[in-house]
Amino acid sequence: MAATRLKLNGLGLYAIAYLGFLYLPVAVLPVFSFNDSQYVAFPLKGFTLRWYDELADSYGLLNALGNSIRVALCVSVLSTVLGVFAAKAVTRYRMHGRGGLIGFIMVPLVIPEIILGISLLMTFSLSDVRLSLVTVGIGHLLLCVPFSMLVLISRMEGFDRSMEEAARDLGENAWGTFWRVTFPIIFPGVVASLLLTFTISFDEFVLAFFLSGSDATLPLHIWSQLRFPERLPSVLSLGAIIVVASTIVVFVAEFVRRRGVQLAPPRA
Amino acid sequence: MTKAIISINHVTKDFGSVRAVNDANFEIAEGEFFSLLGPSGCGKTTLLRILAGFEVPSAGSIYIDGRDVTLLPPNHRPVNMVFQNYAIFPHLNVASNIAFGMRRSGLSKAELAERIEEMLELIRLPGYGERGAHELSGGQRQRVALARALIKQPKVLLLDEPLGALDKKLREQMQIELRQLQQQVGITFVFVTHDQEEALTLSDRIAVMSQGDVLEISTPGELYEAPRSRFVADFIGTMNFFDCIVGDYRGGVLSADSAELGPVRVACTTPPAAPGEGFVLAIRPEKFQLVFDDAGASANTVRGRMGPSAYLGDRSHFYVYLEGRNEPVSVALPNLARSLDRIRGVDQEVWLTWPEDAAVLLPREE
Repeated sequence: MAATRLKLNGLGLYAIAYLGFLYLPVAVLPVFSFNDSQYVAFPLKGFTLRWYDELADSYGLLNALGNSIRVALCVSVLSTVLGVFAAKAVTRYRMHGRGGLIGFIMVPLVIPEIILGISLLMTFSLSDVRLSLVTVGIGHLLLCVPFSMLVLISRMEGFDRSMEEAARDLGENAWGTFWRVTFPIIFPGVVASLLLTFTISFDEFVLAFFLSGSDATLPLHIWSQLRFPERLPSVLSLGAIIVVASTIVVFVAEFVRRRGVQLAPPRA
Repeated sequence: MTKAIISINHVTKDFGSVRAVNDANFEIAEGEFFSLLGPSGCGKTTLLRILAGFEVPSAGSIYIDGRDVTLLPPNHRPVNMVFQNYAIFPHLNVASNIAFGMRRSGLSKAELAERIEEMLELIRLPGYGERGAHELSGGQRQRVALARALIKQPKVLLLDEPLGALDKKLREQMQIELRQLQQQVGITFVFVTHDQEEALTLSDRIAVMSQGDVLEISTPGELYEAPRSRFVADFIGTMNFFDCIVGDYRGGVLSADSAELGPVRVACTTPPAAPGEGFVLAIRPEKFQLVFDDAGASANTVRGRMGPSAYLGDRSHFYVYLEGRNEPVSVALPNLARSLDRIRGVDQEVWLTWPEDAAVLLPREE
């Protein structure tokens, strides 16, 4: 099959402009993180690694990064576990009010985060719960479970229920059936859910702003640093690292997903 | 009948307001190839799933090998199932698929490997153990599903339309293999199908189902030659039905009258109804003979006009129109040498005759 050469007609130009709009701002990050100047402005000065050095020394920043990673890890694992259970329940059992239940769980997707943040803050202070990373995590969980469910429901619906029945028929109990059949088949969905919810929690700002107390997460820390111009370049260098890291993660995830697609049974 | 391996005692299953199985009550003998036959939605698959343990009956009980299994979950039943789409585990290779149910078997690794190899021989896929599930063709998947169930040495193998997804040639080949396999392993097979030809080819006995009811359980020959209801007669093969009125019954031969066929004589042991009452006479297409010369006006002879015909290689099908009957009569004749030379085509005047013992008597259903 001969590849059609991309013609520079209107649609092609639009596509290029679109991709540029999408990625140029991201490209600005690494460029200025190596720029030997405090100010983000052209022309570029010399090449330097000192912002990266400074990053390594910035206790507040690293602390916030640590906080964010810890919260995001816990949230992604918990929300994926809950998502697996919920998706299994919703797709495998005949139950009353199934639609309503799904809708109920999905509601946090459409409630503005700021409203969610205020109501959670009120709930916590009314019940005398001290604000901490735990409260941030609880808020993020609320936000992430719907995403986990969406990803996992589609994966659960995508494979034939008779696989699980076959496992039962061949002598496995419910637990064995889950680990030997269901989990391996939905594994790509589990990975996707972990990545998605990790990302959501990692860069979530509004809920964290309301619920974090004195422990800043990374977005909060970056936001607080913007008041000090001299700190900006090391924030840029951190941003560059995150961009590279997430690119690697996405590639790995895509690799896992494709393997999953290959393993999926051909549709009859 | 030999010992019953399965007994189904007054089993009823409701899904909400829909009755999927209505008072099924019969036994299946050990070593039997037993088919559940009926159109889709007749309850045959539900009944099979009740045997497998995926559905719990709303009423009644199931005994397998003398034990009440009505409430037993599938993993504790001495039965295994071959699913309609085979349900081969996509993340495992062929050997692991076959070995799936053997985890608690207590066999050593070497013994298990030997058993798997035996199964692969049995299903004639030796050396396929390392193949991935996605590398298998439809027929191969079907065989792997069989091996995966048979390695467990179940008392009963349940098969849910296992040949439905295969093309015609392969299906016919698998039918023969399945029958041979069943005789080889000696396990009771309970086979669900909507394909009457398949059921006739494979089964020792067939239960015909319709709308949740088990209408009739018979051998293939009895079902075809002596069906007991109009539905069964119609569902199995092709059948021509004629309304008749009972007349004289003398010396094992019933004289009757039909508006469409004229005077009729049928051999039977008992008349189907009292004199003057109605019954239905059913005649298979291949029981008729075509006569091209005026056969007169005797019993079991009727004049008609040739309708459209179809040449099927070994035989030909004809439609013959009778006076006073809207739908044509189906007639099938073997294509013996020169036997059809005198057919001139549509509208030719012909006579149909049939022997006294060719017809089936059915009660008239209101």
